[in-house]
Amino acid sequence: MIQTKTLKPLRYLVLILLAIVILGPFILGFWTSLLPTADIAKGALWSSHISFANYAEAVKQTAILRYLLNSFVISTLTMAAQLLFCSLGAYAFVFLSFKGRDLLFYLILATMMLPFEAEVIPNFATVRRLNLLNHYGVMVIPFLTSAFGIFMLRQAFRQIPPELKEAADVEGLNHWQFYWRVTLPYARISLFTLAAYSFLESWNQYLWPMLTTFSDKFRPVQDGLRQLQSQETFNNWGMIQASAVIVVVPTLIVLFVGQHYFKNGLNEGATK
Amino acid sequence: MAEMMSTPKPQSTPKPQVAEREKQRSFNLHVNDKYYALAFLGPSLLVLGVFVFYPMLRTLYLSLFLTNNVGRPTVFVGLKNYVNLLTSSAYQASLQATAVYVIGVVVCTLVIGLLLAQMAVRKLAGIQWFRTIFSATMGVSVSVAAIFWLFIFSPSVGLFDQIGKLLHLPLVQWLTTPGPAMVAVIISTVWMNLGFTFLILFGALQMVPQPLYEASAIEGASPRYQFFHVTLPMISPTLFFTSTVTLIGAFKSFGLIDLMTAGGPNNATNLMVYQVYRDAFLNGNYGLASAESVILAVIIALFTLLQFKFLEKRVTY
Repeated sequence: MIQTKTLKPLRYLVLILLAIVILGPFILGFWTSLLPTADIAKGALWSSHISFANYAEAVKQTAILRYLLNSFVISTLTMAAQLLFCSLGAYAFVFLSFKGRDLLFYLILATMMLPFEAEVIPNFATVRRLNLLNHYGVMVIPFLTSAFGIFMLRQAFRQIPPELKEAADVEGLNHWQFYWRVTLPYARISLFTLAAYSFLESWNQYLWPMLTTFSDKFRPVQDGLRQLQSQETFNNWGMIQASAVIVVVPTLIVLFVGQHYFKNGLNEGATK
Repeated sequence: MAEMMSTPKPQSTPKPQVAEREKQRSFNLHVNDKYYALAFLGPSLLVLGVFVFYPMLRTLYLSLFLTNNVGRPTVFVGLKNYVNLLTSSAYQASLQATAVYVIGVVVCTLVIGLLLAQMAVRKLAGIQWFRTIFSATMGVSVSVAAIFWLFIFSPSVGLFDQIGKLLHLPLVQWLTTPGPAMVAVIISTVWMNLGFTFLILFGALQMVPQPLYEASAIEGASPRYQFFHVTLPMISPTLFFTSTVTLIGAFKSFGLIDLMTAGGPNNATNLMVYQVYRDAFLNGNYGLASAESVILAVIIALFTLLQFKFLEKRVTY
């Protein structure tokens, strides 16, 4: 007991040090976004002109808000499509019997091993031929479904008691109705997980939009920040940091709110 | 996660004692199944076919050819692209840089992630705040991480330079000297990974049954002994899962490299995906870049298979 008492302050010390290491880059980024670039360039970490001027400048001089909007549109479309198509596909693998079902499933499973990064060369040729370059579609269409999503939802749908399906057959529900009224509500936690996963995955895309978008009208935010960082604004640290903060704040909010709901959702599922 | 990897079981069919009419109805339903299957699976198969299966075969095919500047195959060269690659010192250097980066990222991410999880799993007043903070980098995308760290590592204005000046240490040109540049991209990647790794490992630690600790404490086990003989074995499946996910992610790293070093200085951080990008989209050498893609895919597939195999064995943990 004595040992744990003396250890307690030490534990807090370690926790606080770790928290500083994790938060350091956030704090530094946010803090410098409030300083005039001239002061940052002098190496000062304090200034008599602390303000949100860099934010105003970033919003006025760069397309940062447009990038955010683009990313939001792209990620939302991708998420919605994956929820629909992955759940339909998963349903087929669980509740429908057709020739070659297992073979097909393993084929899809196997593609989870292939990194998209290793397939960009033919994919770039394909989207160029389909005239999709520099358009929202180029960042959504290749990701309308995902092997991972089908796989994950198939595992979730398999938890549905067969008695439910039998009862539905007796009731005369067809597959569309059973899919919509029973399967989706039953697997809502897995659907929520896939929604979060696919949204973030799309939001964090970097290489693909960099290859396929050339104008601010469609450029998503990762590529947009690259644009800011590499071009005219180089060394305008105040404005770059402000842009990075503008990008990171919404995702942090979503993360913390989501975490709260996600934990509650998990508990709800566990105590059922 | 582990239960997701188990092999599929045949779906249960309606019990034989159901009424004849129901049997008939169920039979009719199954006859219709293939049309439903087409409607339900069609969209997914189309997309996977065009953007996953076809490019896989096409990449393999292109890797056996010389190509023109728009990526059309011109001369069949067999395995020559592979031979050229594996004997080129530049490609070997890229493989080596990738190995150093991947090992550095995986080891640091796991060790620090485990430290964070172990510290946060104890019940202390206000611990919830620390848990939230430790998972915060989950919300950070690759460009944001790169910009934050670029500033920290940047010469004269950056944090490390300023601390160095304060302590009168020799100046390090972080991003323009090969060794330190590698260290810088590893640190940035690890920081970005920590949020996810922490959450997964923290979840695993919470699942370790408390009586195991109580029992071993009664027998006089020290905290260190408990960590190595109770905690680590209990979370080893999760630890393995986390390490493979981190490893595969590290092999695929591109954004951070592109923003922070662009493969430099002197190709010191020219990782595999960056090399593919350079050869294909900057040098227009699509055949060679396809061979590089195949090598990358094979390496990642091997590690993924390893993970599947391992998790299959650990269905119950």
